[in-house]
Parts: sequence; C-alpha cells; structure tokens
Amino acid sequence: MSASLKHTPLAQTHIAAGARMVDFGGWDMPLAYGSQIEEHHAVRQDAGMFDVSHMQNVEVTGPAARAYLRRLVANDVNKLTVPGKALYSCMLNPQGGVIDDLIIYFFAEDTWRVVVNAGTAPKDVAWMRRVAQAEGFDVTITPRTDLAMIAVQGPNARAKVWSARPDWQAPSAPLAPFNAVQLADDVLVARTGYTGEDGFEIVLPAAHAVTLWQDLVAAGVRPCGLGARDTLRLEAGMNLYGQDMDELTLPAEAGLTWTVGLKDAERQFIGRDALAAFSLPVTFLGLKLSERGVMRSHMTVHTPHGTGETTSGTMSPTLGVSIAFARLPQGVAPGDSVEIDIRGKRVPAVVCKLPFVRNGKAVELT
Amino acid sequence: MSLPTDRQYTNTHEWVRADGDVLVVGISDPAQEQLGDLVFVGDVSVGATLKQGQTAGVVESVKAASDIYAPVDGEIVEFNQALEDNPNLINETPYDAWIFKIKPAQAGAPQGLLDAAGYQAVVDAG
Repeated sequence: MSASLKHTPLAQTHIAAGARMVDFGGWDMPLAYGSQIEEHHAVRQDAGMFDVSHMQNVEVTGPAARAYLRRLVANDVNKLTVPGKALYSCMLNPQGGVIDDLIIYFFAEDTWRVVVNAGTAPKDVAWMRRVAQAEGFDVTITPRTDLAMIAVQGPNARAKVWSARPDWQAPSAPLAPFNAVQLADDVLVARTGYTGEDGFEIVLPAAHAVTLWQDLVAAGVRPCGLGARDTLRLEAGMNLYGQDMDELTLPAEAGLTWTVGLKDAERQFIGRDALAAFSLPVTFLGLKLSERGVMRSHMTVHTPHGTGETTSGTMSPTLGVSIAFARLPQGVAPGDSVEIDIRGKRVPAVVCKLPFVRNGKAVELT
Repeated sequence: MSLPTDRQYTNTHEWVRADGDVLVVGISDPAQEQLGDLVFVGDVSVGATLKQGQTAGVVESVKAASDIYAPVDGEIVEFNQALEDNPNLINETPYDAWIFKIKPAQAGAPQGLLDAAGYQAVVDAG
C-alpha cells in the first residue's frame, strides 16, 4: 500500500482481492479487480458494488440548519419535507462557479447530512464553516470521518443486500428512489447511486465495512472499481466534479440548470446574483461517435455554430460506441452532425440528449 | 506469464518478432495488463515510413489511450485488421495478436532492442 495516500477501511480487502489500485484524489482506490467491462455489465445486468468510503459524510445540525442550507446551496432544500428525502445540488461560489456537487439528506429540522466528493472535501468543509460563521447561522458542521460507504448497484442490488442483511429489508423496502432511512448502529441506507441503475448507497461505521463487503460478495455482488464507475456514470449522463465542472463552470455550462432552485425569488443563495448576471452562449449535450475510435476529455468538437469541447468521454460498454459529454456553442441541437478532433483526425459524431443508458437499456432521445 | 524468448522487446513495451524480411510488432502481456480492457486499436498508416521511436499507431483501453512506436526505422506494410472488430484479442493472447508489420530500412538484425531478460528488468523496474 502506498504510504502517502489515504486508505478507506476496505483498502486491504481490495488489495487481497487482486485489485489494481490507483491514486484517486489522494486516495488509494481500486481501478478494477479484473475486467473493467465485465464489472460494468455486472452492474447493468445483475449487481455490483463500489467502495465509495472516500466520499465525505458531513452532518449539519442545529436550529438554523434549513435556513443555512437554503443559503449555502443552489437547489432549494425546501423541496425536502419528508424525513429521509434526498436532494442533489451544486454548492456555488459568489461568482456562480461550482465549488462541489453534493447530496443532501433531510432527517429532521435540526438534523441533515451532506455527502461531498473526496477530492474537494477539505475545501467544502472549510467553506461550509466559513459561511456558517460569517453569516451567523446557528449550525454545527461535523465531518464524519468514522464512516464507510458502499454503493450496491444493479437490477438485483436491493435483493442481494437484503439477502446479506435480512434485518434491513423491512425498513428499506418501502424506500422510493432518492430516499433514505437511518437504521440502528449508525447505518444509513439510501436508494441512490451514480450508475443509472436501481440500488442502495449504504453508509455504516468503518469498523463494520469489511464484514458487510464480504457478506455482499457471498450474496453474489461483484466488486467493481472506479473504471466501471466512470463508464457507468457517463452512460447514465451523470457529471463528474473536476472533469465536467469546477469552480470556473456555471451550472448551466455543465447541464445542471435543473439543479438550481430559482422558484423562490426571495431566496438569496450564494451565487444567485452571478447566475442572473451571466449568460454564456453554450449548451451541454451528449455525443455518440459514428465511427471507430474513442472520445476523451478536452477534445475539440467542430460544429456549424463554432467549436466546442468534450468534458468526459469513453467507450460505452453497453452501446459499443464511444460516448462523450461536451460543451457546445448555442444553436447546436440533438440530432446534429459534428466532428471530433481525435489525434488530429476529424471523426463524425452525432449530438444527443443525456442520458445514454438508463436501467440497463439504451435511451434513444435524439 | 513468463516472456517468450522467441522475440525481442522495446523499452516502450512492444514485442518484435522477425518473420522473413519484416518485423511483426505487438504489445507485451505486462503492457496489456496495465492498460486493461482494450476497446480500440488503430491509426496505423500502411505505407508510412517511420523512424525508430516514432508513433506507429494507438491502443486504447476504456480508460486511456497509449501510443505504440516503430521499433526500427522502416515502412509499415500491414495492419492486423482483426483488431478492428476485436481489440480485446490483445488482452486474450498478447503474443499472438500482432498489431502491425514493419519492413526495416536496414537489412540485418535490428539494433537497440531488448531480449526477454532485458525487458523483464524494465518491467520489474516499473
């Protein structure tokens, strides 16, 4: 194990299983255990799991928690009224750039949880505390470094979780998508994910992570690495922070307008004024390559309306063609033919809406 | 898997096997393992004249693209078309799934290549 990297409670388990480990945002994480494409298909067709313990759970507690979160993030947490409900949002800086994208869980007026990305966690927590202090919100920000997180995804994921943990079935079976339930022993079961498939994300004490992982393996859940996680999220049309958006990107430039809550005109969330002031002439859409080859990030896209750029790209194991996200000049629309500069050669591609794949099937939205 | 001794290797992880007056080139087993599942092999220009070390084509896994290089000065004379539809042949049988053939500019034994032991040392050094 690399000494300079951070390790999740499951790192030794991954290494013992023969995983190829990589540095991901300062964490020693499994890239793949064997064939990355087989791991991808396991999630689309059956059940796979990911160690996502590097992601940071942050508790937001206190009487001003709701008011604070309505100020802190771009989506409106007033959409959350039922305990356990989750909301995806961006946290913006005053210039409207994306500090991070995150998920917020509501449990009670004074009890909320925010899950942020691994690489941005220290910066996020510092920003969250700064906003709370500077603006005098009566909240406590508590990073939970004692927790692990396992995402179990795929059409058979929930059933396999229940076979490994029968006690969890009754409380988690009624969960609608994007809802969570807190169980005994500091366990959180959420019907969320980053693959476009059904499944759970399970948060639990770090000390219990290895046992759950091994029980899930015994229940027929295939361990999957970051490689499959990336192809799955790309097919599902889900953004990756640092690649598809960052602090220099407005939500609209990353296809995230739907996550910005503008309904309440009175709500002054951080970044709102900047979003109202700027309007960049770009659109964020998908691309499907029409010939052989693989699109990657930062490739130039030639369109009749000017040039654009890919932000993420890969070979789609489900579709068998290369897919990408791209920031394109306004006026480019789904169905348009464009050309991608791949290593100096212009290769034709078709613009399409996102996602590419949902619940195991290709989505034809063009 | 031990390295076949019927061929030579480069520092950049190609294997090179003499076949009549041409050299057959592929990538080594450690190289394909490092790359992972291959999804594209191409950009090989048949007829191109290259210097040793110049880019001869590309192999792409799901995650990354990696150039393959001409092991000697010479002319690319053939590309393995079977890899267009089945790039994963390289993952399955790296020492059979050749990528291109090159006709050396100079006759005689190619210079600057490693034997199996020499290449093993490159692999071990990471």
